[in-house]
Amino acid sequence: MTSVREESINKISVALVGNPNSGKTTLFNSLTGLNQRTGNFPGVTVDKKTGYFKVSKNRTIEIIDLPGTYSLYPKSIDEQVTFKIITNKNEKLDVVVVVADSSNFKRAMFLLTQVIDLNIPCVLALNMIDVAQNNGIVIDSKLLATKLGIPVVEINSKKGVGLSTLKNLFENDSVLKHKTKSFSLPKEYAVLSTKINSVDSLETLYTNFVQLINDKEKKTIFELENNVDLSEIQAKETLQRFDSISSIYQACVIQTDVKKTQTNFSKKLDDILTHKVWGLLIFGFILFTIFQAIFNFSAIPMDWIETFFANVSSWFIEVLPQGILTDLFVNGIIAGISGIVVFVPQIAFLFAFIVVLEDTGYMARVSFMMDRVMRFFGLSGRSIIPLIGGIACAVPSILSTRTISNWKERMITIMVTPLMSCSARLPVYTLLISLTVPNIFVFGFIQLQGLVFFLLYFLGTFLALLVGLVLKKFIKSSEGSFFVMEMPLYKLPRPRTVLYTIYEKVKVFLFDAGKVIFAVSVVLWFLTSFGPSEEFNAIEKKYATENKMLSESLIEEYKIKEQSEKLEASYAGIIGKKIEPLIAPIGYDWKIGIAIITSFAAREVFVGTMATIYSAKNTEDIVGVRDMMAAEINPKTGQKMYSLALGASLLVFYAFSMQCISTIAVVYRETKHWKWPLIQFVYMGVLAYLSSYLVYHLFS
Amino acid sequence: MRLTDLKIGESAIIKSFKSDKLIQKLYEMGCLPGEKISLERISVFGDPIAVRVSGYLLSLRKSEASLIEVERL
Repeated sequence: MTSVREESINKISVALVGNPNSGKTTLFNSLTGLNQRTGNFPGVTVDKKTGYFKVSKNRTIEIIDLPGTYSLYPKSIDEQVTFKIITNKNEKLDVVVVVADSSNFKRAMFLLTQVIDLNIPCVLALNMIDVAQNNGIVIDSKLLATKLGIPVVEINSKKGVGLSTLKNLFENDSVLKHKTKSFSLPKEYAVLSTKINSVDSLETLYTNFVQLINDKEKKTIFELENNVDLSEIQAKETLQRFDSISSIYQACVIQTDVKKTQTNFSKKLDDILTHKVWGLLIFGFILFTIFQAIFNFSAIPMDWIETFFANVSSWFIEVLPQGILTDLFVNGIIAGISGIVVFVPQIAFLFAFIVVLEDTGYMARVSFMMDRVMRFFGLSGRSIIPLIGGIACAVPSILSTRTISNWKERMITIMVTPLMSCSARLPVYTLLISLTVPNIFVFGFIQLQGLVFFLLYFLGTFLALLVGLVLKKFIKSSEGSFFVMEMPLYKLPRPRTVLYTIYEKVKVFLFDAGKVIFAVSVVLWFLTSFGPSEEFNAIEKKYATENKMLSESLIEEYKIKEQSEKLEASYAGIIGKKIEPLIAPIGYDWKIGIAIITSFAAREVFVGTMATIYSAKNTEDIVGVRDMMAAEINPKTGQKMYSLALGASLLVFYAFSMQCISTIAVVYRETKHWKWPLIQFVYMGVLAYLSSYLVYHLFS
Repeated sequence: MRLTDLKIGESAIIKSFKSDKLIQKLYEMGCLPGEKISLERISVFGDPIAVRVSGYLLSLRKSEASLIEVERL
């Protein structure tokens, strides 16, 4: 039996912290390889990456990659996570490795000295020594280690230099012991020390101080009780800290004036990439490429996935005995999984682009260029990415809004992103446009159907901005708008980082969003497969007797008819009929009502539902469904049911309404309040309904 | 004068801050009193601006930059 003490030594928990762009994640990937997993930090959906590696036979290191931060005074959700994990009293970290960009020494030291003052054993990893040297900065790391009283390791996370030295440190128990404490309050406030320490007598003065600063409530009470302004003390303390960093800097760093090649290269690139003409053109071109990739390139693997699942379904139908369980398995479970997996190529492409743009440093320039325009609409320069991503899928896009540090701008971005026409609307658009929009050319050369496609995307974007403008007036925030942001040096994307990010995002999507989509698919399967037993039995009976009298060839046809009648009698059909009075003004009948309900699983389910309702033989094929729908006659007018007016009404409805359980779930998780997804659902619904009403009457 | 009064390419020394609101963030990003700061570029639509300070490029909105009092070099 091992004692608790021995166990704790066998497994050491280490956290990686550092400024954004310090190469922290590259170091994490180099240390752990694929031996890592992504989870969520409790309460927030910030990715928690944990990895493992062994340093000796019986010592495993559990390492957490914490979101980049400039200090322990968090300003964004990501930074808050880092702060909370570092100062968590219940799960204390054994060692914190502070990764520093050597070319930005002072700023990195600020975070480092803060961590040291928290009384946590800590190691400094001096990264990007090569960049620093190119900038004429030479650091005496031995002297630095003596001055700071902690181990200092020079590393190059990209090339893997210094990794073994870093790993070897963890073999030795001395790394787990803390040696220095240097924090003191600015002299004039020294009297407050005892008061601050009474927050938690077991902790250091600085830990208590930081806790007070970061807890709004405690801070206000403390300020009132002691008649002091803690922010002022904080600012003074920061200056004092920078003073002592300066003296360390002067002792340990030799700065020579050399030609700063990397800086100059970045400057030249910025001359083009943020140029008022070229910069915008290049950005436009990149957007166009992303758009193309999400649609055209990913269409091929998406096709494979769909075919694969269609084959799997038919195989199971053949092999398994007929019955409810098979039906649940094939039409509920496999259909649900297929509906999730089919999005993987698009998500992979989107995040491939996002991570490359982010990793090269270009994204910061996009924010820089677009911030002024976006701010007008209540958004931030950083909102560009979620909005573009919204063309693929709102779910990962809303997750990517975390980089927006201003709360109000982030909320508005989350609220308007689902208005961007996502890929799930694509099959709906395709079906409805080919069904209702005449295939003609306008002005002699513009294909009308293509034009309508474009208009729908344009309308979505236009409304997203317009709604942003409205929300800007309504959402109240005490927090000032905040943009201060580092524009990192340009560098080549690191393939490993790109691949890991794609892998991670796909995994998160499959398992997190997947769970919800899957559950809803099963619920919808139930609603469409079951109904009040009397009516259901009647239909089954009717067909059972009829089937006996039919020839082989007709049986198949009758089976499809039976399915269609069952759907009408099912719970979904009943709901569809119940809401018919509500949707009649915008031109819909109960059949479309069913489709709208089932579309909550995912919008593209519209096509499949229509296929079932219209008893189309081949549900995989849009053409089959389209022909059946085209033949439908409106009982009131005697004209074609799917007229241009109904088509326009439906298109607009699908463009604007919030029919996506996964998005609702993600918005709830990101905003941590039901208020936001509810407001979003209602405003999008109202918008969709009114617009559909408008276009329906305009065209009929 | 304010940081926003600089022309592109001009350098200055940071003197003081007009408001306490952003002071902590600006300190952390290396905008400390006495530090050299130079205006490197202005965005396509006139705002935000990018300044070089403590050896790296920092972008801020004009509203934020105007809180920084500087002395031209």
